[in-house]
Amino acid sequence: MSLRKPAKEQPEKFEFTADSLAAAKEMISKYPEGKQQSAVMALLYIAQKQNDNWIPLAAMKYIGKFLDMPYIKVYEVATFYTMYNLSPVGKHFIQVCTTTPCMIRGAYKLVEACKEKISENENELSTDKSCSWMEVECLGACVNAPMMQINDDYYEDLDKEKTLKILDEILDGKTPKPGSYRGRVNNEPENNRKTLLDLKNA
Amino acid sequence: MPKLKVNNIEVEVEDGLTVLQACEKAGVEIPRFCYHEKLSIAGNCRMCLVEMEKSPKPVASCAMPAAEGMNIKTNTEFVEKARKGVMEFLLANHPLDCPVCDQGGECDLQDQSMFYGVDKSRFKENKRQVPEKNMGPLIKTQMTRCIHCTRCVRFATEIAGVPEIGAIGRGEDMQITTYLEQSMQSELSANVVDLCPVGALTSKPYVFEARPWELKKTESIDVMDAIGSNIRVDTYGWEVKRILPRINEDINEEWISDKTRHACDGLSNQRLDTPYIKYNGKFEKASWSEVFNIIKSKFKNTDKEKICGLTGDLVNMETLYIFKEFFNKTLGSQNIESRDNYSYLNPEKRENYLFNSSINGIEEADFIFLLGTNPRFEATILNARIRKSYLQNKTKIISLNEVGDLTYPYQSLDGNTETVKKIIEGKHEVSDLIKQAKKPMIIMGQSALKSKSSKYIFESIKQFLDENNKLSNDWNALNIISENASTVGAFDLGVYKTTDGDNEVLKDLEDHKFEIVYLLGLDTINFEKKNEFIIYQGSHGDKGAEIADIILPGAAYTEQNGYFTNLEGKLQKAYKASYPPELAKDDWVIINELAESMNHRKLFNDKDELDSSLINQINLHIEKNNSLTSSKVKELIFENELIKIDNDYYYSNVIARASKTMSECRHLKADLKSTGTEG
Repeated sequence: MSLRKPAKEQPEKFEFTADSLAAAKEMISKYPEGKQQSAVMALLYIAQKQNDNWIPLAAMKYIGKFLDMPYIKVYEVATFYTMYNLSPVGKHFIQVCTTTPCMIRGAYKLVEACKEKISENENELSTDKSCSWMEVECLGACVNAPMMQINDDYYEDLDKEKTLKILDEILDGKTPKPGSYRGRVNNEPENNRKTLLDLKNA
Repeated sequence: MPKLKVNNIEVEVEDGLTVLQACEKAGVEIPRFCYHEKLSIAGNCRMCLVEMEKSPKPVASCAMPAAEGMNIKTNTEFVEKARKGVMEFLLANHPLDCPVCDQGGECDLQDQSMFYGVDKSRFKENKRQVPEKNMGPLIKTQMTRCIHCTRCVRFATEIAGVPEIGAIGRGEDMQITTYLEQSMQSELSANVVDLCPVGALTSKPYVFEARPWELKKTESIDVMDAIGSNIRVDTYGWEVKRILPRINEDINEEWISDKTRHACDGLSNQRLDTPYIKYNGKFEKASWSEVFNIIKSKFKNTDKEKICGLTGDLVNMETLYIFKEFFNKTLGSQNIESRDNYSYLNPEKRENYLFNSSINGIEEADFIFLLGTNPRFEATILNARIRKSYLQNKTKIISLNEVGDLTYPYQSLDGNTETVKKIIEGKHEVSDLIKQAKKPMIIMGQSALKSKSSKYIFESIKQFLDENNKLSNDWNALNIISENASTVGAFDLGVYKTTDGDNEVLKDLEDHKFEIVYLLGLDTINFEKKNEFIIYQGSHGDKGAEIADIILPGAAYTEQNGYFTNLEGKLQKAYKASYPPELAKDDWVIINELAESMNHRKLFNDKDELDSSLINQINLHIEKNNSLTSSKVKELIFENELIKIDNDYYYSNVIARASKTMSECRHLKADLKSTGTEG
């Protein structure tokens, strides 16, 4: 990991769409008057959603003005959190967890798969420009390690072959089924659960 | 008032102070990097760790509030070990480039590592490398040296009021930078160089110039504006290498403006080093006796009413005083003036041209009305105080004009004198605000005093304040921002000729009634020369020297001892740090010798005689002033007009105009304006 720099090529303008604007106002209304700056993280996320999964400088400036706070403060927040993408990512944005539990369970095999199917380096667009991947820190699904996240969905209990298959489907424009790829329900034991048997699947 | 023990010494401190401050009170020195008295507490360098009884871990004393019954120890092995650990971490990523670092010799990290540093490093990995940042023409960066104390970030946000510096990234990748590496848009920006405890931010114009121990340090007074900031002048031989602030809580606290600090390279450019005489439009070098002889014969053959003297913006009081004596006694003329424009002056009472509420008083004010002034450029340090007052008390601030970013929010009116009239007549909301406020401040700038109805504005406002009891001895709401360092001193010494507030000498000069004009360091005058014989005495070849027939080379403010009265009326002395170049002389000596060559008698035998006579004169003036009651003013003409405020901050005087650093700053600002990237 190193300091993430904003992309060289930046769009000139950014403005919230009507939907984003409504979401942003909703967010701000959660904070007391005069403390609207607290909504900066949520607004950055809204901007990222709106702008194909990345935040251009224009959006930071827009949010700075929107919340009446200095640009540098927005910039600080955006560079601090790695979940904010500062340069363009693919339409299908693949995040492979390589933190210890996943790593022990073979996360680097998943990375290999990404390298084969998408691009040699992290944060590079695939040849058809639809995908990009990156290594990330723990995504909180250690029980189903190794795993990766594609846009909003988790794909769990993977190995190299399964990953290659998922990536193929994505590159074909299909949406693979999210969840465990070893037939588990959420993070229950593989051969049915041994406890809480009287409860139905939650 | 909690009582606590520091190394078994009992101290009682005020509520809200920290353990570090309590330790200081007990006379114990605590090492620190991020903590700074004037800034908010960050607590991120961890250097100030101390042992606290009942706490298993050492505590950061800068961020720990002092509480009743605490038992603090700072000299135990535990503390020493903790601090050594912190220092080792700080040095892990710090390059050991002290020999090529400009901070060497005055570096907090260097000094403190002498006490807490380990002689070798256990850090075997590669050191962090951080690219240099662009922070404008005044600040050089070497960000690998940065220890992330965030003093600069806090200064920019809190004191300067331009939140443009920040820390981006996180963890090991954290970097201090300005937004998109633009230069900092502040007139106080260079103070971050002093604040930086390491060599990450150093002075760009001073880069690799000298080591601190090679420099001769002279404590002096700044003359770039009328504030009279306390400075330290560092010289190497003749050359002034740099200027640093000196702490004076009543005036500049710890800060100085960029012009004060960085105009000093103008002291070695464009200097007048020998007397010149103009023959057929060309200047030729001459000796002192030659020029004195010419001046003597000119003065002898001219009617004394046809001689006038105008003084400039950087002239010290000794020179003003002897200049006046020279005109009054040697020449027998009253035609002297220190104003280069038609600003209104009522010299009857001293309060009429002073900043009466005082700079400290700004912090107590509950309402501030800016009348025809942009304090950010006219008096930068004063503006920082207004910001401080705003931050502390949320002081309401209204400006007559819209003057752009003042670093604090204010409400602006339309800028017309008609509005001022309404306020004075009580028909405006501002008049009520003034009446209701316990400690209001009316801050009047030169732009208001230069307007056509200046007399009306000044006298009526004064009357308005008087009627509402705002001109008492406890609180005087009338404040004038003088333009120059010499202004108040000149008024105190009576260097003006006026009957009704107008500028008679300047008017006669423009009507070409004078045959000989003596310009004493005056370069800001706009008049078309006809047949006048012009004598220019000053330090720099600028506008004044250009139109002169005879040039007398004088000394700059760092080259002679001299008194200055700041805009509050405080008398301060600037000390000689360097000496005038080549044949140039102290300004008062030139006039004294000129008087001697004319009358075979010196005006003053030596500097001591001049000084004591000057001090007497000032004391007399102040004493006389206190007993005066102001007389009624007669008819006042009112004319509606828009008050215009125009400042050329980086080019306001000869020294700044001769400075390369200042012109760089000025260009940069102009570029920013034209591209519109300022926001």
